[in-house]
Amino acid sequence: MSPIDALRVAFRAIAANGLRSVLTTLGMVIGVGSVIVLIAVGQGAQKGVQDQIRSLGQDLIFVQPAPQAAGQGSGGARGAAGSGFTLTQADADALLSSGISGIKGVAPQLSIDIQVVSPYTNQRVTVIGATSDYPAVRGVTLAEGAFITQTDLDKRALNIVLGPEIATALFPDGGAVGQTVRFNQGPINITMKVVGIMAAKGGSGGGAIDAYVYIPLTTLSTRLSFNRNSSGQVFVNQINVQKTSGADATKVSAAITDVLVQRHAVATPDFTVKTQDDLLGAQADVTRTLSILLGSIAGISLVVGAIGVMNIMLVSVTERTREIGIRRAVGARARDITLQFVTEALALCVGGGVLGVLVGVGVALGIDGRTIADKDMSTVIQPWSIFVAFAVAAGIGALSGSYPAYRASRLDPITALRNE
Amino acid sequence: MIRLENVTRYYRLGEEVVRALDGVDIEITRGEFVAIMGSSGSGKSTMMNIVGCLDRPTSGRYLFEGREVGRMSDDARARLRSREFGFVFQQFNLLPRMDAIEQVELPMVYQHVGGRRKRARAALEMVGLGTRVHHKPTELSGGQQQRVAIARALVVNPRVILADEPTGALDTATGGEIMAMFEDLVRTHGITVIVVTHEQSVADYADRIVRMRDGRVVEDSRRAQPAVAALP
Repeated sequence: MSPIDALRVAFRAIAANGLRSVLTTLGMVIGVGSVIVLIAVGQGAQKGVQDQIRSLGQDLIFVQPAPQAAGQGSGGARGAAGSGFTLTQADADALLSSGISGIKGVAPQLSIDIQVVSPYTNQRVTVIGATSDYPAVRGVTLAEGAFITQTDLDKRALNIVLGPEIATALFPDGGAVGQTVRFNQGPINITMKVVGIMAAKGGSGGGAIDAYVYIPLTTLSTRLSFNRNSSGQVFVNQINVQKTSGADATKVSAAITDVLVQRHAVATPDFTVKTQDDLLGAQADVTRTLSILLGSIAGISLVVGAIGVMNIMLVSVTERTREIGIRRAVGARARDITLQFVTEALALCVGGGVLGVLVGVGVALGIDGRTIADKDMSTVIQPWSIFVAFAVAAGIGALSGSYPAYRASRLDPITALRNE
Repeated sequence: MIRLENVTRYYRLGEEVVRALDGVDIEITRGEFVAIMGSSGSGKSTMMNIVGCLDRPTSGRYLFEGREVGRMSDDARARLRSREFGFVFQQFNLLPRMDAIEQVELPMVYQHVGGRRKRARAALEMVGLGTRVHHKPTELSGGQQQRVAIARALVVNPRVILADEPTGALDTATGGEIMAMFEDLVRTHGITVIVVTHEQSVADYADRIVRMRDGRVVEDSRRAQPAVAALP
């Protein structure tokens, strides 16, 4: 029996059992499709996190108070959860003046969450007390107006720069620059003048950054909260260091650690120094676990699909015992019968595989950029996942078809013919 | 051409051993028209399966053209079967869903023979079904289905046609037509035809009648050639 004849017989048998074939194939379609979709979702999540970390700026190193230092020097400010206050603006200035090679810029920041009120609405926002170097170091730009200047810092000016999302939320009709907003929480009631609006960072993960508002660091530490140490130094909860693009991040980090350990006169650092690569690495672990989990679920559905194919092929062999007997009587060898049934199983699986690839790619593209259950979905279709899913489908076809086919070929021709 | 030497075929049926063939010696030469008769359970179908290389003897030798079939591999027997034998069954054994010409092409599919359609059409014309080539089994009468089966048996130019109760599912007149067709194959094409039957009227078409009982040959008689022609 030639392969073409085998294919012809296979398609006839598949067409003859229309509904059954469709249902069997559906199992493969779902299996292959879900492998592609779930891997694309996993990769999308990974890419989203990477984008978010990259969008923080370029060549960044973050210095933050060590978690174990929590509780020290508490004031009215709410620092990042679990972080205490061990870093000061003086530390930031020292890093800049320390002459560490490879440091391009330093921007300390202190952030708190507070209620902000505009003539139209009010909203809880994250306020970042920043210095004038902040935009350059963090790689953010202004859309309108100006950022906080050195004069603002010196005067502890009541100026505020809004992130684009907040600007739109507080002033739906636009024209925010020049208007005033009010910080209103507990005893605090301060009117701030909007002097600038940040450009949207956009992209996935840009949301948080676009919702920040910025005021002079000095204003924040004196008027909104009182975070100073005994010598009057302003506490900060993060020092952003931008290294020159050629500099080795690990070496710069080590140099920063040395300077600060010396300044703080501690044996072990009471702060952490993290590069963007460190953040990426930590996130990569999380997203890799997610990808493996999603891939395993998809793999299970592929196996279930395969069991369906094998089941149907076994039923098919039993049902067609007489046909097998007739074919044997007119000259089919055992291997012709094997070929016929393997071809049939392969045709089902490859057909299901092709449809599954189409459906999977379609769904992955369809949900990309959409919001599902308040979550922005992003998918990245991996070409290897298409290849692997398809190859596994075909492999499963051959495997799950070969046992029923073997059983068919072992049938004794006379017994098979007597079968009614 | 066909020679069975002390052939036995035992089946195990639970605890019991069934002696379907219990020492059969027979020789059939080329161009003979043989009827094998016997009641059911006499071993006639088992003998046909062995002669047609569908089954193997438990002991004894089966020689086809001097080659011992019992020692051949499964594939070799399948090859021999598809080249030398054509089968016709009581229940026609056509595949559902296939039209007549595809049924007839089927043996050639397994032999990698070229010009299948043309040869299949010629075989159907030979059995008088030239106008029914695209009919499915359900669209054909019993006699027509058996003709398709005969065309399928003939299409590979076999030397032997084995027919197991070929008229069993047909009325007398149609059965007669089928037997007349076999007779013609023997007389004009030199094909050896072996018919298994339990009906005397069917066996009467043959030149030689072999009677079986309990797995043994109990009578083997030949008739003078013109016997059929002498009938009114």
